Amino acid sequence: MEVKKVPIVKSILSANDQVSYTNQKLLDQKGIFSINIMASPGAGKTSFILQTIKILSVNRKIGVIEGDTAPVTIDSDKMTAVGIPSVQINTGGDCHLDAMMIDEALKQLDLAKLDLIIVENVGNLICPAAFKLGTHMNVLIASVPEGDDKPYKYPAMYRGVDVLILNKIDLLPYVTFNQDYFLQGVKMLNPNLKTFLVSCKTGEGISVWTDWLAEHLKAKKK
Amino acid sequence: MHELAVTESILKTSLEYAEKEQAKKVTDIFLVIGKLSSYVDDSIQFYWDYVSKDTICSKSTLHFDRIPARMLCLDCQTEFVLTDDLSPCPKCGSARLKILTGDEFRIDSIQIEK
Repeated sequence: MEVKKVPIVKSILSANDQVSYTNQKLLDQKGIFSINIMASPGAGKTSFILQTIKILSVNRKIGVIEGDTAPVTIDSDKMTAVGIPSVQINTGGDCHLDAMMIDEALKQLDLAKLDLIIVENVGNLICPAAFKLGTHMNVLIASVPEGDDKPYKYPAMYRGVDVLILNKIDLLPYVTFNQDYFLQGVKMLNPNLKTFLVSCKTGEGISVWTDWLAEHLKAKKK
Repeated sequence: MHELAVTESILKTSLEYAEKEQAKKVTDIFLVIGKLSSYVDDSIQFYWDYVSKDTICSKSTLHFDRIPARMLCLDCQTEFVLTDDLSPCPKCGSARLKILTGDEFRIDSIQIEK
């Protein structure tokens, strides 16, 4: 009997990473920009997407991929109601979307007709951080009632994102939320993180985000 | 939470390499996991015993090499080891840090019998 040590030196999630790479290549070929929205349950992901669509769908064609752990179509129904093509992914209890699921979902969208795809990840601050989807931008939504300590408790999530949205700022007068303490934690984990303060309920701050995103999309197209 | 998906991925890669080597049995799996990767060793081991059952990886041992989180301060160039997730630079207090090591998450090697 021979005993042998076989070197591998491969990322544990390399299969996922590989598919995420082909997803991004496909999106690039079709000239589509894509965003992965992550947050805890109830932070306002769906409301934020609807607010974004309301402004940007005037001159951009948007599609949405909705991820949920249960076989429901609550979120995709909301997108369909405002005339946005959407695909609902049921992860079957899994706590995150992965690149293979996005690959499947992309096949169900008419990519030739889209400029922007927004992916709503499963509500969770831990698992989605580890699984690349192939999207171009990772956006994290935090919300005021969740508390100001979340960067300190979920560092991996805050470290890996490109944009931070602080939602429900209309509740600041009513709940204990130390914005300085929150932003100090953010700064330590992700020093140059682009941050927007919004309220999806009142609409405050939404146009600052959509203006920035529109500029970003324009720059990307060139 | 997603340790099951991670464990399945470890099994898939291990089997792929073991088959390439025409191994009869895989006895050890060596993993390199940085301190900043939030994975629970016990949980991966628990799932491992379950998913590797009935494969040539059955009863193999997982070894975890935990890499400390080394940071570089971008303001004063001090290198230091992070003790908790949110420590600023111990020398100048800056929060502008770059991760040097600690986000590893890979299969380093496997030991097989043929």
